[in-house]
Amino acid sequence: MEDLRTFLIDKVLLFESDTLPASTEKELQQIRRERTEVPVIQVSSNTGSIIAGAEKTFDAVRSYLAGAEPEAVVLKVGCAGPANYEPLVCIQMPGKNRLFFRNITEEKVEPLLDGVFHNDINEDDLVGQTGSKGFELWPGIQFVNELPFFAGQKRIILGNCGCYDPESIGEYVARGGYRSYVKTIRHYTFEEVCNIVEASGLRGRSGGGYLTGLKWKRALNTTSSSRYMICNAKESDPGSFSDRTILESDPHRLIEGLAIASYAIGASTGIIYLRSGTDHARKRLMRAIDMARDYGLIGHNIYSSGYNLDIVVRTEPGAFVCGEETALISSLEGRRGMPQLKPPYPTTSGLAGKPTVINNVETLMNIPLIMQNGPEWFRSIGTQNSPGTKVFAIAGKGRLSGVIEVEMGTTLRTILETIADGIRDGREFKAIQLGGASGSFITSGDLDTPVDFDLMKEKGFAMGAGGFVIIDESMCMVDMVRYYMEFIRNESCGKCIPCREGTGRMLEILESVIKKPANEDSGTTLERFKGVMQLENISTVMKDTSLCGLGQTAPNPFVTALRNFRDEFEEHIFDRKCRANVCRGLRTFSINVEKCTGCTVCAGKCPVNAIYGTRLQPYFIVEDKCTGCGKCYDVCKFSAVVVK
Amino acid sequence: MAGELDVIIKKYKAGKREELIPLLQELQVSCGYLSEEAIVKVGSHLGLSTTKIYGLATFYDQFRFIPSGKIHIRICHGTSCFMNGSQAVVEKFREELKITPGQTTRNGNFSYEIVSCMGGCYHGPVILINGEYHVRISPEQVPDLIAKMKYILEND
Repeated sequence: MEDLRTFLIDKVLLFESDTLPASTEKELQQIRRERTEVPVIQVSSNTGSIIAGAEKTFDAVRSYLAGAEPEAVVLKVGCAGPANYEPLVCIQMPGKNRLFFRNITEEKVEPLLDGVFHNDINEDDLVGQTGSKGFELWPGIQFVNELPFFAGQKRIILGNCGCYDPESIGEYVARGGYRSYVKTIRHYTFEEVCNIVEASGLRGRSGGGYLTGLKWKRALNTTSSSRYMICNAKESDPGSFSDRTILESDPHRLIEGLAIASYAIGASTGIIYLRSGTDHARKRLMRAIDMARDYGLIGHNIYSSGYNLDIVVRTEPGAFVCGEETALISSLEGRRGMPQLKPPYPTTSGLAGKPTVINNVETLMNIPLIMQNGPEWFRSIGTQNSPGTKVFAIAGKGRLSGVIEVEMGTTLRTILETIADGIRDGREFKAIQLGGASGSFITSGDLDTPVDFDLMKEKGFAMGAGGFVIIDESMCMVDMVRYYMEFIRNESCGKCIPCREGTGRMLEILESVIKKPANEDSGTTLERFKGVMQLENISTVMKDTSLCGLGQTAPNPFVTALRNFRDEFEEHIFDRKCRANVCRGLRTFSINVEKCTGCTVCAGKCPVNAIYGTRLQPYFIVEDKCTGCGKCYDVCKFSAVVVK
Repeated sequence: MAGELDVIIKKYKAGKREELIPLLQELQVSCGYLSEEAIVKVGSHLGLSTTKIYGLATFYDQFRFIPSGKIHIRICHGTSCFMNGSQAVVEKFREELKITPGQTTRNGNFSYEIVSCMGGCYHGPVILINGEYHVRISPEQVPDLIAKMKYILEND
C-alpha cells in the first residue's frame, strides 16, 4: 500500500507536465481496474441502493466468489444510474466491455454470475454495456450511453459517480484527481485562481446564480487576517437527494473543489456543513478526508507550497432554515439558526466576524474541472449566460427517477419526456415541481423553458437545489400545496412576523378548504370564503416583507398552483369536490346494494358509527355522520363501498 | 453514566460557544437523548446558562429530551413518499402506537419520528426501523410490522 502511495504522489501528483509518460499511464490503468486479469464486479452502494437492498447483494456476491473459480474482485461503488435500477451491478470480464445489470437482489446474484461467467447472459436484467477502444464488444447488446436516460444527459460533475470505489483515494488520483489542486497551490496565486473561475462564468448553483469568481474576490479583497470557506451540503428539501448522491459517490472531488476554493480566497479552514441524518455520506466523507490527509493533501505546508489547510465536517442539527447563509453561520457559532439582515454579507463579515464564502456542493464540484480543463472549455458547455451543467434529482411519478445532469439550455420537456421517460402507468401529466419546498409548479405550457438561470428567472421559476418532482393526475394540487405549506410552517424559524404568522395562516386556510363540508355551519363557510380570498394577499405581503428567502419564497407553490390550477381550487371551495379523490375530508362514500353481502365488517370499523344495517342485508352509510376517513372502503372485501 | 458524560464533555474546549452544537450532538448519539443532568454539565463546562442551551436545543429538530424507545422508527415524509401515501402510514403508526411523533411509549419500547427525505424516493414510502430499511410500506402492513417487533422484543 505504501508503494502505491509513494508512486501516486511522486509520479502523478507531483509530476510537472500535464501529460503523463506512457509507463505511468499503464500503471494507472491497472489502478483504475481497466485492464484486469480477473473479473471485477461492482455493486452500487449509496443510500438509495442500500434501501433497495444493495448490502445484501454485496454479501451474496462475496459469498458466491468465496469458493468459486475463477477468482474475481467485488467492489462497492457509487450510484451511476436511475434509482429504479437499484441495486445496480456492473461486471467487467477481463478484456471485455463492462455490463450493467439492474435490480439485482440477493437471490438473483447466483444465476446472474453463473450466467456471465459462462457467457450466457440473462437479457431480462441487462441494462447495457459500456467500454472504450481496445475492449472486446458483447455482440447484440446495447450501449448504456445510447439509452435515452443517458443520451439526454451530459455527465460532467457526475462523471465519476458509480465508476470508482469512493473509499479508495488511489483510484481517484488514477482518474486524474487532485492533480489540479496540487498544480493550483504550487503554481497559481490567489488572484489567478479567482480570475480563472470568474472567466469561466461559473454561477452559484443554488438560489440567485451569483458569479462564483466574483464572490471569492470579494472575500479575498478584504484585509482580514483569516477567512473561512464553507461548503453548504445541507440539502434538506423534501425530495431532493442529489448532493447526498454526490457525497456518497464521489467525495474526493468535493474535497478537491473545497480545497481549491479555500486556497483561492486564502482560507486555511474549510468547513463542510452536512445535513443531519446522512450517516452514510458522513462516514464516506470522513474516510475520504482521512485519506486525503494521509496523502498530505490536507495539513501543514502542503507539498512544500507554503499553504496550510484543514477541513472540518460539521453536521447540521436539523433545521431547514439553516440552508440560508446567515442562519448557517449562526448555527456554526452555536446559536439558534436564525437569519440575519444583509448586508453585511458573509463575504465581508461571516463566521466569527471574518470574511466567509459559502458555496454549495454542486458549485464546488465544478472547480477541479475548470482548473483542469480551463475556463474556455467550461464556457463551451451550456448557454451564453449560464455555462456548465445542472444536476437534478428526479422523483415522483416519472417512469425513471434518480440523479441526472443536463447541459444548461436543455428544455424541461427533454428531461421529462426523454430522460425520465414520461409518466408511469400511462397517466396524464399534470405538473413539475421544481426547486424543492418553495419552488414553483410548472405545467405543460411552460415545459419548453430551457434550463438557464436568466430565462428561468424571467418566467419566475427558480431551480433551487434541483428537486424535480413529477406530478401526475392522481395527485390533488390543493393537497400538494398544503403539504409544502405544512413543511414550511414547521420549518419557519419564527424570527420575522410575516413568515411566522403568514405560513401558519396560509396552512390554516388551505386546511379549511379540504375539510369535510358535512359538519360545518354557515359561519365556518363564510370564514372559508373570506380566508381563500385573502390567501393571495398574504402571499404578496410575505413575499415583500419576509427577512430571508424562506419566507419570501414560501408562497411560491401556492401562487403558481393557483395560477395554473384555479379550476381545481374552485372545485374544492365551491363544489366541495376533489377530482383526484385525494382529499379525505371531501370524499363521500356510499354502499353498492348489489355487491354488499352484509358481512358487518365496515360497520364494526367505522369510528363514528355512520354505517347501519341488518346482518346479511345490504348496509348503508349516513352521509351526515361520515367523516370521509375511508376505513370502510379499505376493509370491504367485496368492493361494495364506492367513493364519490 | 455520569462518568461517560464527563469523558465526552472533556473532549471539547471549555468556554467556547461554537463547541455547543457538536457537543450536544455527540451526547445525543451516545445517550440517545439530552438529560437534564447533561445540559447542566454542558452549561458549566461551556459557561452558558442552562436556559440558553435548552433554548437552542429546542430550536433544532435533532435533539430529544426523552429517551427514545428500544425500537426507534423513522418515517420518511419527503415529497415522493408523501405522493406514495406516507401520510396514511404516519397516521397508522399514531393510531397503533398511540403516541405522536417524537414521543416514546410508556413501556419504553417504541418511538417514532418523521424525517424529510431519506433518499429512497423511488421505493417510497420508506421507513427505517433500528437501522434497517423497509420499502413500499402501506398502512395495512403497519400492524404486522409492529407485532413482529413486539415479538422480537419479547424473545430477546
